[in-house]
Amino acid sequence: MTRLSSAQRHLVRFTLNGKPVQGEAEPRLLLTDFLRQTIGATGTHVGCEHGVCGACTITVDGELARACLTLAVQIDGCELRTVEGLAPAPDRLGVLQAAFRRNHALQCGFCTAGILMSLDHYLRAHPKPSEAEIRDLLSGHLCRCTGYTPIVQAALEAAAELAELSRSDHRDV
Amino acid sequence: MKPAAFDYVRAETLGEAIEVLAQHGGDARIIAGGQSLMAMLNMRLARPKVLIDIMRLRELDRIDSTSGSVKIGAGVRQAALLAWPELATSLPLLSKALPWTGHAQTRSRGTVCGSLAHADPSAELPLALVALGGELHLRSAGKQRKVAAREFFAGMMATARADDELIEAVSFPSGNARCAFREVARRHGDFAIVACAAVATKDGVRFAVGGVADVPTARDWPRLEGSALDDALNGFAHELDARDDVHATARYRRDLVRLIGRDLVREVLQ
Ligand SMILES: Cc1cc2nc3c(=O)[nH]c(=O)nc-3n(C[C@@H](O)[C@H](O)[C@H](O)COP(=O)(O)OP(=O)(O)OC[C@H]3O[C@@H](n4cnc5c(N)ncnc54)[C@H](O)[C@@H]3O)c2cc1C
Ligand code: FES
Ligand code: FES
Repeated sequence: MTRLSSAQRHLVRFTLNGKPVQGEAEPRLLLTDFLRQTIGATGTHVGCEHGVCGACTITVDGELARACLTLAVQIDGCELRTVEGLAPAPDRLGVLQAAFRRNHALQCGFCTAGILMSLDHYLRAHPKPSEAEIRDLLSGHLCRCTGYTPIVQAALEAAAELAELSRSDHRDV
Repeated sequence: MKPAAFDYVRAETLGEAIEVLAQHGGDARIIAGGQSLMAMLNMRLARPKVLIDIMRLRELDRIDSTSGSVKIGAGVRQAALLAWPELATSLPLLSKALPWTGHAQTRSRGTVCGSLAHADPSAELPLALVALGGELHLRSAGKQRKVAAREFFAGMMATARADDELIEAVSFPSGNARCAFREVARRHGDFAIVACAAVATKDGVRFAVGGVADVPTARDWPRLEGSALDDALNGFAHELDARDDVHATARYRRDLVRLIGRDLVREVLQ
């Protein structure tokens, strides 16, 4: 049994987009604040802090999670992926990101980090999604300025392009 | 919107979790998927002194299918149940209702038992448990007991679980293919305005409603048709004491109970 006292900060070690990182957190510290303020990874956004808007969506050990409904101390030893892990190189966009850009699937971009993480996770397991499936997945996200039509379009386009790439045996997501 | 301070306990065995719960009682809270509790902590609607994380307990992460029932441990996430290959044949009502519980992004963390412990009146899993007549397996230091669904849900977010008890698992009767589920919500994945389930019984039908009364509520009826069914549904719709709120009026809720009820009861009695 591990008992972490409320009065202290505790070492949390984890993997962030393939790299080992660590920081100190009080038990009550949310993973959103830990990532943004302690680790300095500000790609993960914070909207509502009660799980509804989806802006903070990341993956923990390969499963989607709301970072605002997760405690920093809970992810000790876990593998995290955040939006910072999507681009293949600092000056290049991934297929999904490029599709968002082409389709004007973002305006302010506040919701985008979370939506990209959900779609990236989903497309890996479901290479041929239907529009209905994409819309069902997007029900877990709120976009207040772009509207969903271009987001759905970008997702379907990215899926088609990724399917094409995997046929020609590229593995550059 | 940040939680008040608490100690965090990561239990490694069920015994440890029970022991810490026994020490602190009402000052401690179990955290499972966190999909309801974390929001309550963030809003400071809950201020436990100790949080007991049970998600690293391997022993609770299991689905056991025996003849006649399926037992789902407290560590089983909603997404894992949805992906269970036997779900559609063993628990057809759940395979219909579970996709309505939140979103892919919350089902990946939220647990089946956590939803039952939370006991939101609109939640799908408590409704399904009441409709099927399942039971909860509760455990505290040196004691185990089973509680039937209808006795477990005691009020809005209130249950028969004592402060020092952990829900170890839930059992759903399995195999009844003659069942139906329907929900009306503002958007798919939002909490239900009204959710209904119907299950064929030996002599007729059990019809259950969530989202209207403080607890999911069921009625057992013989084979009803025509105006007899309409009367039964109308009476039930009024007995549920619907209230007006920001989501819908009481009258709209009664309408939904009658309309959905007629469809579902006919469907399972066919
Ligand atoms: C955006 C969003 C939408 C949602 N939509 C829906 C919906 O449409 N329908 C729906 O039903 N739910 C919905 N939920 C809630 C659902 O996702 C939760 O998973 C569920 O209510 C709680 O399960 P949990 O495992 O996350 O429990 P937690 O949040 O960890 O715990 C909830 C409560 O149960 C207690 N508890 C948990 N496990 C146990 C146990 N084994 N023994 C004793 N006590 C325990 C906790 O102490 C706490 O009081 C939604 C949540 C979000 C964030
Ligand atoms: S900030 Fe986490 S879901 Fe809105
Ligand atoms: S792009 Fe502004 S909220 Fe979605």
